[in-house]
Amino acid sequence: MGQFFDTFFSWEHLRNSLPQVIKGFVTNLSVMVVAEVCVLVWGLALALLRSSQGRATAPVRWLAVGYIDLFRALPGLVVIYMVGFGMPIAGVPWVSDWSLFQLAVLALTLVYGAYVAEVYRAGIESIHRSQVAAARSLGLSQAKTMRFVVLPQAIRRVVPPLLNDFIGLQKDTAFIGIIGVIDGFRRAQVYAGTHFNLSSFTGLALCFVVITIPMTRFTDYLLKRDQQRIAAGRR
Amino acid sequence: MSGLADAQGPQGPFLRLAGVVKRFGDTEVLRGVDLDVGEHEVVSLIGASGSGKSTLLRCVNALEPIDGGTITLQGELVSGPKVDLDRHRRSVGIVFQSFNLFPHMTVLRNITLAPRQVLRLSRREAEERADALLERVGLASKRSDYPDSLSGGQQQRVAIVRALAMQPRLLLLDEVTSALDPELVAEVLNIIRELAHEGMTMLLATHEMSFAREVSSRVCFLDAGVICEQGEPEQIFTEPANPRTQAFLKRIIAAGRL
Repeated sequence: MGQFFDTFFSWEHLRNSLPQVIKGFVTNLSVMVVAEVCVLVWGLALALLRSSQGRATAPVRWLAVGYIDLFRALPGLVVIYMVGFGMPIAGVPWVSDWSLFQLAVLALTLVYGAYVAEVYRAGIESIHRSQVAAARSLGLSQAKTMRFVVLPQAIRRVVPPLLNDFIGLQKDTAFIGIIGVIDGFRRAQVYAGTHFNLSSFTGLALCFVVITIPMTRFTDYLLKRDQQRIAAGRR
Repeated sequence: MSGLADAQGPQGPFLRLAGVVKRFGDTEVLRGVDLDVGEHEVVSLIGASGSGKSTLLRCVNALEPIDGGTITLQGELVSGPKVDLDRHRRSVGIVFQSFNLFPHMTVLRNITLAPRQVLRLSRREAEERADALLERVGLASKRSDYPDSLSGGQQQRVAIVRALAMQPRLLLLDEVTSALDPELVAEVLNIIRELAHEGMTMLLATHEMSFAREVSSRVCFLDAGVICEQGEPEQIFTEPANPRTQAFLKRIIAAGRL
């Protein structure tokens, strides 16, 4: 029992490794924040392409559907590996010169953009057709109807599921170490390797828990507030 | 048929529907509707639920594409694939049974959105126009409120104002009092009555028979997707010629709604 406890919860190892682990975890946090901003934009673009109407936009629509299907099926780890090691040697203009940090953000954006596009789309489709009819009847174009009437209502509705996907993204930043980004995972690994003790990973785990749980609570709070507003007849 | 003759202006009728057909899948909802509406005329569509009244209005506004026939407004074709529908809708207002206000916007923004975005009015111009209209319908104090905090009657008055702010040539009213509590109906009907007196051209679908009788220049009875009978309100309500109109009005009277 003592040996088990010592392997994971050695106070000494935890204390000694934590400064290094936190230093690495800051990299995870940066990737997280930048990727989340990119995902919000890319996901919305995909959702709008997918929700576009009319025969003229059909090819783009199918491209968006294909992209979303593909990237939701791919494991994040595989994409990170392929982008991180592939892009520098694939001779893609501009992208091939990106830093590992940027490639990590790219890989996570590619994967989570597909998830978030579907969340946005669910929100867009949840807005009742009568809202669109009212906007169009006033002479607003399809684009302006989307911008002023549908999206503001849809986005409000999807904030909780969006945050849910962000929690997933936050955790997947632990994979970026495999392409050589010196993140929390790598730092914990180095410490564990030299000291033959896994308490450094316990420290890393704590880091993720500490940022994720408040996010979960915040999501709950938003959900509850929305319900109360609807009950009170205000939005 | 005197109403029809009145509808003919010098360049033909203001609004003309000719052989309008609308299908939803295999169901033919409108089966060749012919209808002329003259400028400043108020035409009521009556008929049982499912007779096609609402669909007809939605077709006039191009919210539903039609499958046959033509619709012309002031001599201009407004149905079919080559028509700029946004431009057409700009000049035809519609008020819906369920108000359809934008819940995330204040009353004022509900009203100013289209004048600003479509007509390109300045914020000040649009708000002045909105405030003047709100004043008229007695809702000036509600300009900063959200729709959900208003009563049904207030919401419907805002919806009417929202349509009027575009200064439409034609106003379509789709059973605008059907979703209201009985005590709130009058406040909405009063506004429509005023609009009629001012000469607004209106086409309305309604279950309010006494109101239709009072305010309309012409009443059309719709049954199974065609206009069975039309004429002056007195004639339709007191001596309908068509047996189907007679049967419908008999049911309405039995239900105590006339």
